[in-house]
Amino acid sequence: MNQAIRHSWVAAVAMFALIFGAISYVQVVGADELEANPWNQRAVLQNYCNDRGAIIVGGSPVAESVESGSETCKFQRTYPQPEPYAGITGYFSQNYGATGLEQSMDQQLTGNSDQQFLDRVGQLFLGNQPKGASVELTIDPEIQRLAYDLIPDGQRGSIVVTNPKTGAILAMVSKPSYNPNLVATQNPDEESANINELVKIPGINLNPNVSGPTGELLAPGSVYKLVDTAAALASGKYNKDSELPNPAEMSFDGIQYKLPNYAGGNCYTRNTADFAFALQQSCNTPFASIALDLGRDAIAEQARKFGFGEDLGDQLKLGYARGNGFPDNLDAPGLAQSAIGQRDTRATPLQIALMTAAIANDGVQMRPTLIKALRSPDLRVIEEPQPEQLRTSTTPDIANQITEWMVSAVSQGIANRAAVPGVQVAGKTGTAELGNGTNNSWFTGFAPANNPQVGVTIVMEGVDITTGAQLTSPNAKKIFEAVLNK
Amino acid sequence: MSQLSSTPKPRRNVEVALLLLALAVGIGANMLVGVDQEKAFDSDFWFQSSLLAVAALVFHGVLRFRAKYADPVILPLVVALNGIGLAMIHRLDAPGDDTGNNQLRWTLIAMAVAIAVIWFLKDHRILRRFTFISLAASALLLLLPLIPGISAGEILGARVWIRLGPMTFQPGEVAKITLAIFFAGYLSSNRDLILLAGRKIGPLQFPRFKDMGPMITAWLVSIGVLIFQRDLGSSVLFFGLFIVMIYVATSRISWVVIGLALILGGGFVASRVFSHVEQRIDGWLNAFTPEVYENGSRQVIQGLFGMANGGLVGTGLGQGRPDLVPFANSDMIIASLGEELGLIGLFAIVLMYLLLFTRGFRAALGTRDAFGKLLACGLSFAVALQCFVVIGGVTRLIPLTGLTTPFLAAGGSSLLANWIIVGLLLMISHTARGPVDTTPLPPAKGTESVGIDTPTEAVKHP
Repeated sequence: MNQAIRHSWVAAVAMFALIFGAISYVQVVGADELEANPWNQRAVLQNYCNDRGAIIVGGSPVAESVESGSETCKFQRTYPQPEPYAGITGYFSQNYGATGLEQSMDQQLTGNSDQQFLDRVGQLFLGNQPKGASVELTIDPEIQRLAYDLIPDGQRGSIVVTNPKTGAILAMVSKPSYNPNLVATQNPDEESANINELVKIPGINLNPNVSGPTGELLAPGSVYKLVDTAAALASGKYNKDSELPNPAEMSFDGIQYKLPNYAGGNCYTRNTADFAFALQQSCNTPFASIALDLGRDAIAEQARKFGFGEDLGDQLKLGYARGNGFPDNLDAPGLAQSAIGQRDTRATPLQIALMTAAIANDGVQMRPTLIKALRSPDLRVIEEPQPEQLRTSTTPDIANQITEWMVSAVSQGIANRAAVPGVQVAGKTGTAELGNGTNNSWFTGFAPANNPQVGVTIVMEGVDITTGAQLTSPNAKKIFEAVLNK
Repeated sequence: MSQLSSTPKPRRNVEVALLLLALAVGIGANMLVGVDQEKAFDSDFWFQSSLLAVAALVFHGVLRFRAKYADPVILPLVVALNGIGLAMIHRLDAPGDDTGNNQLRWTLIAMAVAIAVIWFLKDHRILRRFTFISLAASALLLLLPLIPGISAGEILGARVWIRLGPMTFQPGEVAKITLAIFFAGYLSSNRDLILLAGRKIGPLQFPRFKDMGPMITAWLVSIGVLIFQRDLGSSVLFFGLFIVMIYVATSRISWVVIGLALILGGGFVASRVFSHVEQRIDGWLNAFTPEVYENGSRQVIQGLFGMANGGLVGTGLGQGRPDLVPFANSDMIIASLGEELGLIGLFAIVLMYLLLFTRGFRAALGTRDAFGKLLACGLSFAVALQCFVVIGGVTRLIPLTGLTTPFLAAGGSSLLANWIIVGLLLMISHTARGPVDTTPLPPAKGTESVGIDTPTEAVKHP
């Protein structure tokens, strides 16, 4: 009997050996795989309740962690100026992850980035609560607020304000916006209820590509004529004095469709036009004829050089849409339409802003950035991104020539409502027809023309021509004034 | 048997030293939980700690009186496990929850019952008189959850609960003790018959069909529990218990073969016929597929995430998020402990179980009566098997079933049953380690004392 008891004990010990093996597998060998499982929320949740670094604009936080008073989750993420900054900060949610800078700067905000390694070692020995770095933005709070208020409530639209010489983004807003506090709440039921409400509002994008200026690809309309102009001058076939055909309608072989000229300006007064007149009045047919003359590839190459369909680098730290650049596989009418920013041509407001910034900056496109500095909890600067050239879009001569024409578009042309007294403003408007009677109304420009300090790009989506004209150029003027009078 | 050659030593002072250590572990864990969660050291904490300490020391005192040769390691091991369980349950209590205090109340009740068992029973051999009463009691206990009016209905897919006033109770937990007593009594009386008769097929000697009665009974009980109570874990436990006891009684591997064949056959049929068994197995094999995750394996996978998060050293008590796992303080308490104490802490806990059942087997080896051997061996193996089924389920070694982790998991019935097992093991170890007791058992009331155990074992297998 005792022998059998010993055998039973051996059997029990064998079972326990299996248990020891299983525990070792789960907790050590297979742990990494389990931690990486998408159903595993622990990493997010662990960060969620920690003291996370702030996102700072002009010295005050637009996203910060405050003590929640709860014992299980000690810190609550709050957004003191929720709507104007939602597109930049994104949200930091317990169950829906993070978007915007909350996502892209997560390592720094939680204090886990490589630069903060020594701080973490210090915390380990001193026993401090982990606290992440704070992120200081290039955004100017007054301009951001002004730009946000310039888009009427209920209107879909975006405004991007840049410094063309450094690539720094001074303001970037879009409407409709939302309140990230609704998504950052610690109450999961409240959170999912709020999310379900928010997703019903058209135009709100809660996905990683969070903000209209960076994430939304729109028909650019006539602002795209700047691409054609640059391509034409770069080809050598055209110069500043070239006379372009300017028929009221352009016909194509074999089909009935006719491409009309822009009805709003004075295009109808001339049968031929120079670049200055064509850009001032935003005539369609001259640029369509350039595109047909140069061919699709020349336009596409210039579009690529301006950054359409290209990588922006990660300096922006925001999810953004690249798009596909200039469309491919075009017949003659398709090429003509695409060249004036219609049909399948798409660009984000940020891409248009970068194109204009390149023209303003002697043809050199600076890498766009939102991050001014990264500071450790003791306010020491950890990292300070320097202005960086992204690509050369065109020659200084061509850039200066286009600038000259854009100045005349504001001083004598249809962008005249963007004019600022005493300052040379360069600008170009655009009206992309959406086919349902409404348009995307654009303005893109910079000032002062001879020494650019500020670039402004505005788009209002789905508006009639009159409303569009009221909401773009005049608003650009207000922003130019606000920045230049600082 | 080395105890026979040397003078028996009570070792109660060793026990008191180990007991203080065990209390330090349990109360220390509870204190850490408070520190890390910034819960104040209010009077509650000191009151609860002192209650546990007093109860443990009273238990120790009773052993000095009634079972002074009892194994000195068993009680400290159990107190430590129970203390760790209390701390973790307390840690998992959301504000307003009372599970921690409830567990403490049940701990005190369970210890009191175990003390009463030791105090009034005096000698485990008396239990042999209750062999068939135990069978009847087992049947009754297992049937109770199915009787309308008493049954608490189906909770989480299993019908294993009864309602006693405001409380619910799981009679199956106690049934494993009564079944062990029945098996021990029946097998110790009939083992010669089972051993001698039978047919030899190849190297294995198979029993006569009519001697297989108890095995068929055990099989029916297990399958009945599986079918009617939908409790796969208990079913495996009962059957495992019986296989081990019949193997120990007969030393015949053929019984184990028959038993395993029966349980595998029954299990296979059950998995085909009953959706709840199939679901368990599906949730085990295909745990990481989305549909299965939504409908069943979520619990075990979240537990795995917690344990992976704990890693080698754990997050520290009160620092992890075991609350993300469903049933974190009962079925999944091993995952909670794995997360906060890490691999090292969990190994320590599993080692305590290993020591505990090893001491139980030691008592089985040492005691001189066949009934005591079978009972100690069966109960120890039951504890080991239960740990294996639970921890194996949580770590996805085997399908997860609804068994409780002895002494750790929140739940009164489990605590009560396991503390009674501890009481019985302590008594058996007392006879095993003590001087040879030659006095006959006091005669049972109204009947002539029949089954006095003389140490026949020593004659047969010196």
